[in-house]
Amino acid sequence: MAQRRTSTATAKDAATATPAAAPTKATSVKKTAEAVTAVRTSSRRAAARAVSSDAGGGANGVIPAVPVLKTYKLYIGGKFPRSESGRTYPVRGPKGEFLANAAQASRKDARDAVVAARKAFGGWAAATAYNRGQVIYRIAEMLQGRRAQFVELLVTAEGYPAKTAAAAVDASIDRLVHYAGWTDKIAQVFGSSNPVAGPFFSFSTPEPTGVVAAFAPQDDSLLGLVSVIAPIITSGNAAVVVTSETRPLPAVTLAEVLATSDLPGGIVNILTGSAAELGTHLATHADINALDLTGVDGELRTALARDAAGTVKRVYTPHRTPDFTRQPGTARLRAFLETKTVWHPTGAVSLAGGSGY
Amino acid sequence: MADSTRALARRGATQGSSVTPGSVTPWEYAPAPESALIGRIKPRYRMFVGGRFVDGRGGDQATINPATESELAQVSWASADDVDDAVRAARRAYDTVWSKMSGLDRGKYLFRIARGIAERARELAVVETLDNGKPIKESRDADIPTAAAHFFYHAGWADKLEHAGFGPHPKALGVAGQVIPWNFPLLMAAWKIAPALAAGNTVVIKPAESTPLSILVLAEIMQDAGLPDGVVNIVTGAGDIGSYLVNHPGIDKVAFTGSTAVGKKIQQSLAGTGKKVTLELGGKAANIVFDDAPIDQAVEGIVNGIFFNQGHVCCAGSRLLVQESVEDEVISKLRDRIATLRLGDPMDKNTDIGAINSAEQLSKITELSAAGDAEGAHRWTSPCPVPDKGFFFPPTVFTDVSQSMRIAREEIFGPVLSVLTFRTPDEALAKANNTPYGLSAGIWTEKGSRILGMAGALRAGVVWANTFNRFDPTAAFGGYKESGFGREGGPSGLAAYLDTDSDTADEGAA
Repeated sequence: MAQRRTSTATAKDAATATPAAAPTKATSVKKTAEAVTAVRTSSRRAAARAVSSDAGGGANGVIPAVPVLKTYKLYIGGKFPRSESGRTYPVRGPKGEFLANAAQASRKDARDAVVAARKAFGGWAAATAYNRGQVIYRIAEMLQGRRAQFVELLVTAEGYPAKTAAAAVDASIDRLVHYAGWTDKIAQVFGSSNPVAGPFFSFSTPEPTGVVAAFAPQDDSLLGLVSVIAPIITSGNAAVVVTSETRPLPAVTLAEVLATSDLPGGIVNILTGSAAELGTHLATHADINALDLTGVDGELRTALARDAAGTVKRVYTPHRTPDFTRQPGTARLRAFLETKTVWHPTGAVSLAGGSGY
Repeated sequence: MADSTRALARRGATQGSSVTPGSVTPWEYAPAPESALIGRIKPRYRMFVGGRFVDGRGGDQATINPATESELAQVSWASADDVDDAVRAARRAYDTVWSKMSGLDRGKYLFRIARGIAERARELAVVETLDNGKPIKESRDADIPTAAAHFFYHAGWADKLEHAGFGPHPKALGVAGQVIPWNFPLLMAAWKIAPALAAGNTVVIKPAESTPLSILVLAEIMQDAGLPDGVVNIVTGAGDIGSYLVNHPGIDKVAFTGSTAVGKKIQQSLAGTGKKVTLELGGKAANIVFDDAPIDQAVEGIVNGIFFNQGHVCCAGSRLLVQESVEDEVISKLRDRIATLRLGDPMDKNTDIGAINSAEQLSKITELSAAGDAEGAHRWTSPCPVPDKGFFFPPTVFTDVSQSMRIAREEIFGPVLSVLTFRTPDEALAKANNTPYGLSAGIWTEKGSRILGMAGALRAGVVWANTFNRFDPTAAFGGYKESGFGREGGPSGLAAYLDTDSDTADEGAA
C-alpha cells in the first residue's frame, strides 16, 4: 500500500492540482512525445522501443533489450482467453500503422461471457454496498497506479495529444471514485419507506437488474468505456461489454486493472470485436436483462432495441452523443435498477386490541 | 363475507335445533343484491376528446354484462381519425394550457378528480361490476377507493416534482399514449392518468374494448372538475386502435398494461423512436408457504392471492409453493376454505367470485386447465353451484403439478391455482424464480430473517410477506424480467412520466 502510494504520488499530486488540464510530469511528456515520434515512423518496433524506454530501458547508447509485446485477449470470467474461434483482427493507430492483433470475439465467446456474468451476478448483487464501494474504489487505485501506461496508450493508439490523454485518464479515475461513493447511497436516494393506508410496513428498494450487455463508445475508448461500465456495476449488476471495434486496446488493458482490483471475475467481461456481429446474439440472449446501446447508433441501434423486445430487456439509449467529460447524472445508474416493494403486516404491540396479523 | 354467511347459517341451525330438536335446517341463502339503478347506465356512451363527448367514427359496439351475457350499453368506437383528433387535442392542451400551469394548480385539478371519484364511488362501483363482472364488494372496497387514492396521492406531487429524486428541474414529456386492460378498468385508468397529469403531461388513453364504461364516467367527473379541454382524451376501441395510438408519431410516451405478448410487440414497434416506454405485463407469481407459517392466515392469503378478481390479476399468486411437510394440511384447509366461496351474481354483496370478463377469457382458462389434466396434474374443483348464464369458472386447484407443465409456466389469468411442493428454502427460491416473469411473490413464515432473506432473493417487483395483493399509491408496483419495466406508484412511478435525464449532459432515456 505504502509503496504504491509512493510510486504514484507525483502523478496523483499533478492530477489533484488541476484535474481538468492535468499537466503531466516532465518525464511523461517526454515519454509521450517519444511515443508519438515512434508512431509517426509507423513502426511497431519503434513504438515498442519508446514504450520500453519509458519503462526505464536503456538510453545512453546502450542497445535496448527487445521489449516483450502484449497479446491482447478477451476478458471473460476473470480470465484472459483468446477467442474460441481463433480469430483476430489487426488494430491500427491513427495513421493506419499496425498496433496489435485483437481477439475477434465470436458468438460463443459472447455466450461464455453471459454465463460468467450470470454466475458472478448473485454474489456481487448480494455483496454489501460498502464492499462494492471499496472494490470500485480499488479499481480507481489500480488505474491511478497505471496512469502513465494509459496516457501512453491513448497517445499511441488513439492519437490523443498528451494533455488530452492525461485528462481522459484522470477523468476516468475520478469517474470510478464518483461511483465508488454511490454504492451505499442508491438505496437511500432511490428507495423509500411507503406510508401506505393500512396496517402494513411497506418499503421500496432498488435492486440491480441483472446481466447488462453494454456497447462501449466507439471513439472514447477509455473514459467512455469507464463511464459505461461503472454505473452498471455500482448497483450490483454484471456486465458483458463490447468494446470499441477499432480502438479496443485500452479496454483490454483496463481488464488488467479490473483483474487486480478485487472485482469478482465475471462481473465485467470484455469482448473485442464487432458490435454488429455480436449485437444480435446479445440482444436476443434470454439470460441478459438489459442493454446499454451507447456505443451503437443508426440502424444497428434500432435493430438491437427491436431484438431486445423479445425478452422485454431494459434498453438504455442516450438521447444524443454523451459528453463524458461532464459530471454524470443518475440516468445511467437508474437505467439498470429494479424497484422492489416489500409488504408486511404490522400487528399491534399488544394483542389486547384484537390486532395480530 | 363467506365467513359471516357461514356463521349466519350456523346460528340459524342452532336456533332451528332449539325449536325442533333433531332436525337441522340451515337458513336458505338470501342474496343481498346491489341495485343496478345506482349505476345510471345509459343506453349509449361516447368517447371523450378535447373536453367533449363525441361520436367516434368506428361504429357502435355493444358492451355486455359478462354475468348475464346481455347487452349493457352501446359504445361509440374510435377510428384512426379519431385517434389523430385526440392526439391533436392533447398536444394543443399541453402546449397552450397544461405545460404553462403551475404545479399547484395542476394538483388542484387532480384533488378535484379524487373528490369526484369518492362522491360518485357507489355509482362507479356498480358500473364497474356490471361491465367487468367482478364482485361488487371488490369494486366497492378495492377498485374505486384505490382509484380515488391514486389521484389524491399524485395531486400532491404536482408541485413537488423537484423533490422526487430526478434532479432539480424535472420536465414533463408531452403527450402520453396509454392503453389499459379490462381487469381493473377504473383503477388502471387512475394508475395511468394521475401520475401523467401530476408530472405535467397530457393524455390520450384507450380502455379495454370489453370494459369502456367506468372510464367514460370518470370523463364526466373530469369534465365536472373543470379539467381543461384536451388534457385527458379517451378513445374507445379494440387492439387495432391501441396499436395505432402507441405508434402515433404525435405522442412522446407510451404506457401499457396488459399481456406480455402485446407488450413485446409494443416494445418492438417503438424501438428506435426515442419514445419513453413503460410496460406492466403478465406474471406467474409464486406464493411460498413454509412449514412454520401461520397456516390459517396463509390459507386466507392463498385464497386472496388467486381468487381475488376471479384471478384476473397480473400479480395473482397463481403458483402455490408449499413445503412438503405441511402440504396435506395446507391443501386440506385450502379446499375447505375454497368450498365456502360463493360464486355467482357479481352484484350480490355476498359474492366472492364473480364472472369471467369475456367468453374469450373463459375459453382460455378452460383450455389451459384442460392442458393441466392432459399433462397429468390432479384437478380439484370447488363444489359451488355455477350459474347457467354468464361466463363463470369455478375455483380450481391443481395438485401434483410439475415445473414443466403449462399450468405452472403460463399465465392463466383465472381462478386456477397450481400447487407445487418444495423441501428446502433454496428449492423454493429456485422454483419461484424459475420463470420468465417477475412481477410479484408471496412468503408465509413466522421467521423474520427468512422473510427478509427470501424477499431479497426473489426476483420480483412486489413481495408480500404474510399478506398478499396489497396496493397503495405510495408503494411502487411493477415487474422484473418479462413482467415489464417501469413502476407505478411512489416516487419511482413518477419517473415514467418525466424526462428524468435533464439533470445531466451525459443523458439517455432511462
